[in-house]
Parts: sequence; structure tokens; C-alpha cells
Amino acid sequence: MTIALETLNLEKTFGGLRVTRDLSLKIEQGARHALIGPNGAGKTTVINQLTGVLKPNSGRILLEGQDITDLPVHKRVLRGLSRTFQINQLYPDLTPLETIGLAVSERLGHGGDWWRRMGTRNDVNDEIADLLTRFHLLDVMNEQTVTLPYGKQRLLEIAVAIAAKPRVLLLDEPAAGVPESERHDILAVVGALPRDVTVLLIEHDMDLVFSFADRISVLVSGALLTEGPPDQVARDPQVKAVYLGEEAVNV
Amino acid sequence: MNAASDVGNHAQRQARWHYGEVAFWLIVLACGFLFPTRYLIMTDILRLALFAMSLDLILGYAGIVSLGHAAFFGVGAYAAGLLALHGIINEPVLALLAAGLAAMVLGFATSFLVIRGVDLTRLMVTLGIALLLEALAERFSNITGGTDGLQGIEMQPIFGQIPFDMFGKAGFFYSLAVLFLLFLLARRVVHSPFGLSLRAIKNNPLRAAAIGIPVNRRLIAIYTLAAFYAGIAGALFTQTTAIASLDVFAFERSADLMLVLVIGGTGYLYGGLIGAVVFRMLQELFSTITPQYWQFWIGLVLVVIVLVGRQRLHRWVLYVPNLIIKQVAGRKAVVAVPESDV
Repeated sequence: MTIALETLNLEKTFGGLRVTRDLSLKIEQGARHALIGPNGAGKTTVINQLTGVLKPNSGRILLEGQDITDLPVHKRVLRGLSRTFQINQLYPDLTPLETIGLAVSERLGHGGDWWRRMGTRNDVNDEIADLLTRFHLLDVMNEQTVTLPYGKQRLLEIAVAIAAKPRVLLLDEPAAGVPESERHDILAVVGALPRDVTVLLIEHDMDLVFSFADRISVLVSGALLTEGPPDQVARDPQVKAVYLGEEAVNV
Repeated sequence: MNAASDVGNHAQRQARWHYGEVAFWLIVLACGFLFPTRYLIMTDILRLALFAMSLDLILGYAGIVSLGHAAFFGVGAYAAGLLALHGIINEPVLALLAAGLAAMVLGFATSFLVIRGVDLTRLMVTLGIALLLEALAERFSNITGGTDGLQGIEMQPIFGQIPFDMFGKAGFFYSLAVLFLLFLLARRVVHSPFGLSLRAIKNNPLRAAAIGIPVNRRLIAIYTLAAFYAGIAGALFTQTTAIASLDVFAFERSADLMLVLVIGGTGYLYGGLIGAVVFRMLQELFSTITPQYWQFWIGLVLVVIVLVGRQRLHRWVLYVPNLIIKQVAGRKAVVAVPESDV
């Protein structure tokens, strides 16, 4: 098995606080890997280091074997590492059409084109149309993002990440805050991601984690507590004690 | 129609010319023939409009605030003045381009300072750069003429054919042509993927980087382009008035520009143009009524604009024109509604 994404002895401190402790993760090509842990375990901090928003104090990050630790955010995206945010990070004034169009244009290298109009490239248009259809956004493509219902915004958040055609996708709580009635769309979209995309899922929702992931890493206080297939993690007494409390987990 | 061509159509929706826009430019052109005695003030408005469009490019599209945009205006003004005075480039259009390029070089060099930090830092850095240049211009008075400014500039005919006349007719149409061409270029740029990426950066720089946009590089590019525009505006000032003095760098010039955009709105290119017209008209009106206290009334108008909200004012003021245009165009064409507040 090849390794898609790997961290080697990652360390991050904020002042005196060690939020990532000697973290070494290996995520296999094509895996559905979940990173779970109680609130404050440092999950989002790990994501921020993987994507380049934060710089680790020490340790390395490898994407498909290549060291990306010192690359800026946008270069990692072009190498095939894309993410969604726990809290939507969209462009309030832009429409879904513009938002996705921009992501597609950037990936195809047309983002710096200052002469040609938006919408005049057929390859870009095809992809936009495909993504808008897949993510049920075609009917609202000309609405300002800020006016969309939360569930649609959540779909757009994921669609933007997919538009970058990632080989590794980091999903930071994709279903967070989505009303029950709109959850189904999100879960269906996440479940339908092509198998050649490696997914690292960060999630609080245990139903989603255990139905989706084939491997789970448990993070506690910034350090790796345990790692393994879902049934093994669910039975692990340490995990139960530290993270899940006394609550039983249905697998 | 299939989804892809539909998408292409909708993506180009904003880039298409609207009837209101065509009407706008026809009216501006008509003014050149209707008011032959008012060329000087009208030329002044065109210059201000171009200058404001420059600030709109960075403020309205990329979200970069500046209180020192006069720095580029001033460099353009002095460059054009020096080129003409020493006979280095005699042809006005070439000199205009050269002056714009000089401002552009300064814009590129200072962009690295400006893209760092947040709004407040940017305000201070841009303000500081303008003050610095003003002081330098005063210090090197052997080149700039110091407080006296550059004197005795004589402009050669445009393309060697059209001389600048004392009524300012040539100057007006020359300025209008320059403004229109640069407007076309800006219009092209803001509707391109590059222009859209600027709006994305303004909306959410974190996400912009997360889809692969090189945020800093884009900001440097637009800041440099805006400096070019401001430099051209400054050069037009020198060429049409035949003077360049220290006040081209003045803080008031940068601050007025903000007011122009507050009046006109940002992020749709016409804000600077409409704002320049309204601002100068108000200035004229108030200074005729009360020569000493016109600034008080300008201030009052600004307070009202901010309190009532420009979008509402626009809807009231443009109610009738929009009604007519809807009749003519038969669809949802609107003269101008700003996309977002300053």
C-alpha cells in the first residue's frame, strides 16, 4: 500500500501549550480515514498544519512521499491537497457559479488570466456544470452565497474542495450544524466520493464516523492515543474511558 | 440548452454591456458638446473619475484600503511635467504612458509593504508613503521646483496634430478618450478570472488560498495596475493644466478620493465615475452658496449618505432613470447598483 499523506513527529506549541505532540500519522492511498478526539484534542490544529495555515514547530509533512512542510497553502492545493472547513469559509458576495468557476479556473491554470472573460472556456464551463449538478446547486447558481440556506452552503463548501480535484481531501466536520432534513444530501455526497480520492475525515458524529471510515485514529491532548479499524477502536477500553466516556458505541 | 452552455452564459452575464452603460457614456460624450464653456471643470471631473476608478480597483475589488493614493497621482504628475519641461518625451500620449509606468514602478515596489498586515496597517503605510514622497519632492526642489512647483511647462500637440487650446476643449476630449480606454481595460480585467479572484480574496482570503489562489501575487498585481491608473490621472492633471505643484501629493487629495467612492459606491467601476461627478457638483454648488463653509455641507452630505445607506439613496435617485431604462430594455437592466458597501 502506498502512503498518500504522512506526518513525521509533528510538534506544535502555542506559547507553553503543546497542542500537537510528536504526531506521526500515515494515511493510505484511497483510505477513508477518520481522525477523532474530544473537544480541544487539537484536531483542527492538525488540519491547519497539513494544509499550511499553521507552521509546525518541528516535524515533517509528506504528500505522496514529497516533503510539503514548507510550501504555502495555495501550492499544496495545486499538488492535490484540498480541504473543507468546520465553519463555512465561502465568499458571501459571490454566487455558487462564481465560487466553483474560480476554483476550477485556478486548478486548470487560468486563474491569473486577466484578459479572457469568465465563462468563455468550455473546459471550465463543463466542469462547473458537472459540479453544480452533482452538488444540487444548479437551481441556485446565480444567488449570492450569503442568501443560501445553510445546507446548500455546506454543499458548496464541499463542492469547492472537490473542484480542486484533490488526491487527498480533508473533511473538517462536513455535517456540522446541518439541519436533520438536509443531512442526507451531505452524507450522500461524501459517500459518493470516488475511491481514488483519499479522505481524512474529522468528525464528532460517531454514526457518520463508523459508517464511513475504514480506519480511525484517536487524538487526545494533541497526541495519538490509538489507531486501527473501527471495530477495534470501538472496543478499545482506553478510547472508551478517555473519549467516549461510559457511552456504548454501536458498530 | 445544456447545462454547460447555460453555465457559460450565466458566467458572462455581468460582463455584457447593459443599455444603462451605453447611455452613461453617450451622455458623458454629449456633455462635451452641450457645455462648451465648462471644459475646465468637466476635465477636472474626468481626471478625478479616473483617479477614483484606480482606487476602486484596489478597494472595491481587492479590499485594499489606502489613504495615500495621491502618491501615485503625484509621481505621474511630476513625471509628465518633467518629461515635457525638459523635452525628453514631447508627444503627450507617449509621455502619459511613461508617467503611468513611473507610478507603476513605485506601485510595484511599495505593494510589498502594503499587502502585509490588516486594514489599519495599510492605511498607515499608504499614508506614510504619500507623506514621504511629498517631503522628498519638497527637499529636492532643484528637480521639482519645490513649493513653487514645475513652471513653464509647454505641451506639444497630441500625436503632433491636435494642439491643447486655451478653452480646454482638446484637453477634455483627450482626457475623455484616456478615461474611456482605461475604463474598457478595467472592465475587461474585473470580469476575468483574475478579477473574480480579487473579489474572492476580498471576501475571504483564507478560502481564496485554500482553492489555490496565490493571494499575495494577485494583490501585488492589482496594486501595481491601480498605481498605473493613478499615475495616468496625475499625468493628465499636469498635461491639461500645465502645472505640477506639491499639492499633487497632498493628503486631502487621497482623502477626497475616499469620499468620492463613499458617494459613488465601490466594486462596480461606475462608482468612481458617478462619485466624481456628484462630488465636484456638490463642491461647486456649496462653494457658490457659501464660499467659506462649503466643507461643512460636504461633510453633512457624507454623514447623511452613511446614515441613510447608499443603496437606498441610489434606489431613490435612480428610480426614474431605471424606470425609463426598463421600458427601453424590457428587462431587469439597472443603471447602477453597487454590489457592496465600502
